[in-house]
Amino acid sequence: MVMLPLPQSTDLLSCPLVAQAEGSFWLPPRASTVASSVDTAFYFVFWVAAFFFLLIVTLLVVFVVRYRRRPGGVPEPSPSSNTRLEILWSGVPLGLVIVMFALGFASYVDMRFVPADAYEIRVDAQKWKWTFRYSNGYEDDNLHVPVDEPVLLIMSSRDVIHSLFVPAFRLKQDLVPGRYTRMWFRATDPGEYDLECAEYCGTSHSDMVAKVVVHPQGEFDSWLRKSQEKVQNLPPLELGRRLFGSRGCAVCHALDGVTVKVGPNLKGLFGKTARFADGTTATVNEEYLRESIVNPSAKIVEGFRDQMPTFQGQLSAKQIDALVEYVKSLK
Amino acid sequence: MSLVGGSDNYLTHTRGFRSWALTLDHKRIAVMYMVGVSATFLLGGVFALVVRTELATPGPTIMGFPAAESQPPSAENQPAASSPASPPAVEATAEGKNLYNHMFTLHGTVMIFLVIIPGMPAILGNFVLPLMLGAKDVAFPRLNLASFYLWLFGAIFFVVVLHTGGLDTGWTFYTPYSTGQGNSAATNTSIVLAVLGAFILGFSSIATGINFIVTTHTLRPPGMGWFKMTLFMWGLYATAIIQVLATPVLGITLLLLAGERVLKLGIFDPALGGDPILFQHFFWFYSHPAVYIMILPGMGIISEVISVFSRKHIFGYRFIAFSSVAIALWGFLVWGHHMFVSGMTPLAATIFSALTFTVAIPSAVKVFNWLATMYKGSIGLATPMCYALMFLVLFGIGGLTGLFLGTLAVDVHVTDTYFVVAHFHYVMFGGALVALLAGLHYWWPKITGRMYNDRLGQLAAFLLFVGFNLTFFPQFVLGTRGMPRRYYDYTKLLERHPEFSTLHMLSTIGAFLTAAALFLVLFYLIDSLVRGRRAPANPWGGATLEWQCSSPPPHDNFPTPPPVGDPYDYSGLEYDPALGGFVRRSPDADRSGGPSLVPSSG
Repeated sequence: MVMLPLPQSTDLLSCPLVAQAEGSFWLPPRASTVASSVDTAFYFVFWVAAFFFLLIVTLLVVFVVRYRRRPGGVPEPSPSSNTRLEILWSGVPLGLVIVMFALGFASYVDMRFVPADAYEIRVDAQKWKWTFRYSNGYEDDNLHVPVDEPVLLIMSSRDVIHSLFVPAFRLKQDLVPGRYTRMWFRATDPGEYDLECAEYCGTSHSDMVAKVVVHPQGEFDSWLRKSQEKVQNLPPLELGRRLFGSRGCAVCHALDGVTVKVGPNLKGLFGKTARFADGTTATVNEEYLRESIVNPSAKIVEGFRDQMPTFQGQLSAKQIDALVEYVKSLK
Repeated sequence: MSLVGGSDNYLTHTRGFRSWALTLDHKRIAVMYMVGVSATFLLGGVFALVVRTELATPGPTIMGFPAAESQPPSAENQPAASSPASPPAVEATAEGKNLYNHMFTLHGTVMIFLVIIPGMPAILGNFVLPLMLGAKDVAFPRLNLASFYLWLFGAIFFVVVLHTGGLDTGWTFYTPYSTGQGNSAATNTSIVLAVLGAFILGFSSIATGINFIVTTHTLRPPGMGWFKMTLFMWGLYATAIIQVLATPVLGITLLLLAGERVLKLGIFDPALGGDPILFQHFFWFYSHPAVYIMILPGMGIISEVISVFSRKHIFGYRFIAFSSVAIALWGFLVWGHHMFVSGMTPLAATIFSALTFTVAIPSAVKVFNWLATMYKGSIGLATPMCYALMFLVLFGIGGLTGLFLGTLAVDVHVTDTYFVVAHFHYVMFGGALVALLAGLHYWWPKITGRMYNDRLGQLAAFLLFVGFNLTFFPQFVLGTRGMPRRYYDYTKLLERHPEFSTLHMLSTIGAFLTAAALFLVLFYLIDSLVRGRRAPANPWGGATLEWQCSSPPPHDNFPTPPPVGDPYDYSGLEYDPALGGFVRRSPDADRSGGPSLVPSSG
């Protein structure tokens, strides 16, 4: 018997009147400044909805029991319209939804108006990988941010629409090819949180999950400096191995010589003869590998679809060399 | 058909394949729709079960196993201590993921375009509308038959799509995923065929809408003013307005999508200079009103059933009638609430949020009026009423959870998660399909001339209620806790959310219970055709005109136009145990002594 875990709340049915930072039955722990006003709006709607649901169900059950059909029974006469009642049960819900709108709007305004001093991070989405680029040019496949500082994500997609969703921040924003979208937050608690793609983007949509790492006060800058230095001083082979993972190559290319993902398996490829969809062949050498990275549509390997994005302009010459070295090494 | 012998009726009036295939009789067209829509519903349901089965466990469950270990790991082979938080590291194949994506896409597309949109108007509306008017047929019988063949033609497109590459875009066809071809922003599935199928189905919907509008305007009998119409007719009328006004926009949008894909027009695809958000605006301009195409006829059915089974005049007739029209018109102004995180301007999002909340009020008004109708009634719990009560509870949850999605900041958190999946299933399945089941059970004796087993009906309704809630209620929790929709796998989320595997498992168990309940319905309805008691003209005591002709109705419905009265006045209708149905006993014996008193079985 497999043990089935339940929501990690101490009280399964905890539906607090006031939102709790550590989360509840309904909501995960929260870790951004905007999250508490979202949770407040959530629980206002929740309790209004719960009240009306219980009202409907109670009236329904009471009427069905109290006025159930009995042999020979006839319905008691009662009026079949009452304008005052209609106004009452239109007006009260109208008043409540106005409050809901106001709560949701106030919190939404906080989400949309970015503080002027926000720290900027560029986000690139592609099938099926996130890339986060920092001011010093360092790139990471997880989002690292400092705690208690406003962070602005300037985001775009290289292929289809994706959506960046951090449940702990209560934030979500689509990334649209051909335009920039923005999202800002101020993280409140150091730690790691899920970052998910929430807009369907094809085959491996559900693999497009990364982490948000919120660094404690003062540790973000040193993390960024060290990460950058580490990358700069890597030997080409190591840099290639890193890039293969961080730039999304591994999402589509397996390296075990067995698995075939979206693209060809790369193990032992170098030096072999590749067969293409148009019937031609070529030897896999440095030039072929370089072309496959910067102009992947030029030659399509037999049995695969033309759907790899170009990395022209996305990778430096040094990075391309490193990737070629790495693929060469996969004996 | 040997099922219905005895007196001449629309089923026995003529015989042979041609008498059905070329029929102009609205009742036979309704029956053909019923068979067709049921078949596609079965197809869409199978897709749903495949999706739910795959999601029962993290990682590959029934699809996506690597070739080396094509056998799913059985429960015995797993170590007893294995926790779902650390599943076996099986990497799913691209084929498995693609298959999953095809399944949820086809489930949504089939259920929306082939089942729910045509379901209530084309089956029950077609059968009942002319009868409720005391008329012989709809205004344009040939157009009615053409609508059916357009539906069939569109359905065939989807069957072809199944065999020619499938479809993996989601039923929303979002660009540029759907438009690109041979590049990284592309799907290689049968977009153009599927889109043309939906385009053709749109014409079927428009033709039915025009037919019902003209029928309602021109065929009302003397004495039936607008406020003597039944509320089902008001619901169909409001639906028809949306079908005629909104569906052309979908047609144009889908044609542009096909053109974009084939001819590279550059309207929606940013690689060609187009705007993908423009597609979303066009798409939801139809597809939000389409939600009301799906639910408004259902609200009409619920109004009929609750009034009849409470033996009470419907409460607040005019408010219910006007709220249908208000929903139909106001529903055109709220499409933007599907796009709060798409990159729309904050001003537009704010306006759409405010408009969305106002459209909630007419639905609330209806619910309170239905409850008020039951007050001091004589409430019988035959199967149609069980479904109507189920509708109140499930549609209540569906409507109330819509408030979360209208609230801007909350929507940002829960949109594109399982919360939305749960919400629209409570509205579309718990609302529209449960209302369809209520109407089907309510008019089944009229349509087939047979009574089904009411005990089995109540049991199936109860099982469906339990199964439905077990399937979809956990999905609310999944969504608010951060589970995105359209995920083949949730292994990567289990580290922080081990509860997801429990909730998904519950949901899958519920789905199979739901399927079992629906098969029970299928069983006793078919059983009723063979062994069911012959239905009297008026088994439930309805005061609307369709209960004044025999069951099943004769070919031309009424030998003489039936007398028109208040559709919700039950005084004088009394149960006759000998007939097993209701008869009108009024001082005016001549008026009530027509064919309405003659039960079909004599």
